[in-house]
Amino acid sequence: MSGVRVLVGTRKGAFILTSDGKREKWNVSGPHFAGWEIYHVKGSTIDPNRVYVSQTSGWFGQVIQRSDDGGKTWFQPGTPPGEEKGPGGMPKGESNKFVYDVSPETGKALTTHQFYDGTQHPWEFKRVWHLEPSLTESDTVFAGVEDAALFKSKDGGKTWSELSGLRGHGTGPKWQPGAGGMCLHTVILDPSDPKRIYIAISAAGAFRTDDGGATWKPINKGLHSLYIPDPAAEVGHCVHHVAMNPKRPGVLFMQKHWDVMRSDNAGDSWTEVSGNLPTDFGFVIDVHAHQPETIYVVPIKSDSEHFVPDGKLRVYRSKTGGNEWEELTKGLPQQNCYVNVLRDAMAVDSLDDCGVYFGTSGGQVYASPDGGDTWNAIVRDLPGVLSVEVQTLK
Amino acid sequence: MIRVVLPQHLRTLAHVGSEVQISVTGPVTLRSILDAIEAEYPMLQGTIRDHTTQQRRPFLRFFACGEDLSLESPDAPVPPEVVAGAEPFLVIGAIAGG
Repeated sequence: MSGVRVLVGTRKGAFILTSDGKREKWNVSGPHFAGWEIYHVKGSTIDPNRVYVSQTSGWFGQVIQRSDDGGKTWFQPGTPPGEEKGPGGMPKGESNKFVYDVSPETGKALTTHQFYDGTQHPWEFKRVWHLEPSLTESDTVFAGVEDAALFKSKDGGKTWSELSGLRGHGTGPKWQPGAGGMCLHTVILDPSDPKRIYIAISAAGAFRTDDGGATWKPINKGLHSLYIPDPAAEVGHCVHHVAMNPKRPGVLFMQKHWDVMRSDNAGDSWTEVSGNLPTDFGFVIDVHAHQPETIYVVPIKSDSEHFVPDGKLRVYRSKTGGNEWEELTKGLPQQNCYVNVLRDAMAVDSLDDCGVYFGTSGGQVYASPDGGDTWNAIVRDLPGVLSVEVQTLK
Repeated sequence: MIRVVLPQHLRTLAHVGSEVQISVTGPVTLRSILDAIEAEYPMLQGTIRDHTTQQRRPFLRFFACGEDLSLESPDAPVPPEVVAGAEPFLVIGAIAGG
């Protein structure tokens, strides 16, 4: 029987919400890792029971957790009894070891980026924002981190190495942190080409590799950002999120700091499709699983407020790939609502009637079992939601 | 045996109770205690000290016998009461309030 597993990261733990294909009744499991910030929880498409978690703390740093049984039990890769031991017989505890490559051969000794005050600042690892399991190799997983870089593990998260060609691209000294830090928050793997990966960084922009991560190019042509000295600069844009329908790789949708954008040529150029949105600021964007021209955003009032406009929580849907948007409100609060929806906190399932899910800073996780027409809160009182992912279980 | 008290979140990670006991070979110092903790509980590697620099994470402090040892040399001997197992070595999250 089909079903869904919704993986929710919050400011105080992870939660797993499960339901059958009707998506009416839900079981809530959690909090897992109570008290820790859970930036992201994501399952593998190769093995849905393989789930990775980014667990972070200002006191204790980064921890990576993994489950091989769909979230029933967890461990830090490399630490269970019987695991291979490192030099001197010491067990490896390196699943949280993210060390930037500064070697002249690969990392090109690139060590600084632009700081808030315009000075150059050393790269300092802070946390993992996004974990993206490979579509083709069961033990391979990518990690987008703050300060912005992309790491890769080929052993199920036991050890990590940087794909340093990204920071070595040469524009690194012009990258700068956004309000949330200088984070690499979006990793999209192209199912039609294992060597093509898209990433996005706040505030640097979007980048693409076509050779598995050895070399990268900025893909920001067409972006226009009034808050940087050159609004059409090669890098420096605050891209909040990028989404792609896996059945139509090459067509990308972007929620930028301001502006909703689309690209029909794998990011080589972008056009604005904000259309009739009440505000084109926001964080999330996603694409319907079966209708690749149907996209979703949640407009947010900015710059200073960062909550939904007019006290109304509204998802906006375009069935035309942008420009023409309709507001979706059935089941969503339409008065006295002042929540935010963060960049990784929306996802879709791939059941026949596509489900759409998002989580709010107020701790609600909403689900629509009918492509956005109607909404229900699965849970209402979780800690603030940082991320939402969905696994469709066949 | 050296008695070590970990903060709650690290107890959860290591699947241990309020106090653990570890054996330390050679001189008992901050460094040798932390090395022994990480060897026994590899899931704690990187959570007390930075993986690369081996520096204490900034929001953690080390105490024993009512003394703050956080700024002591990693190779300085710890109080004899800790070596004798009469007093625990405390790893504490630096929180003044909240």
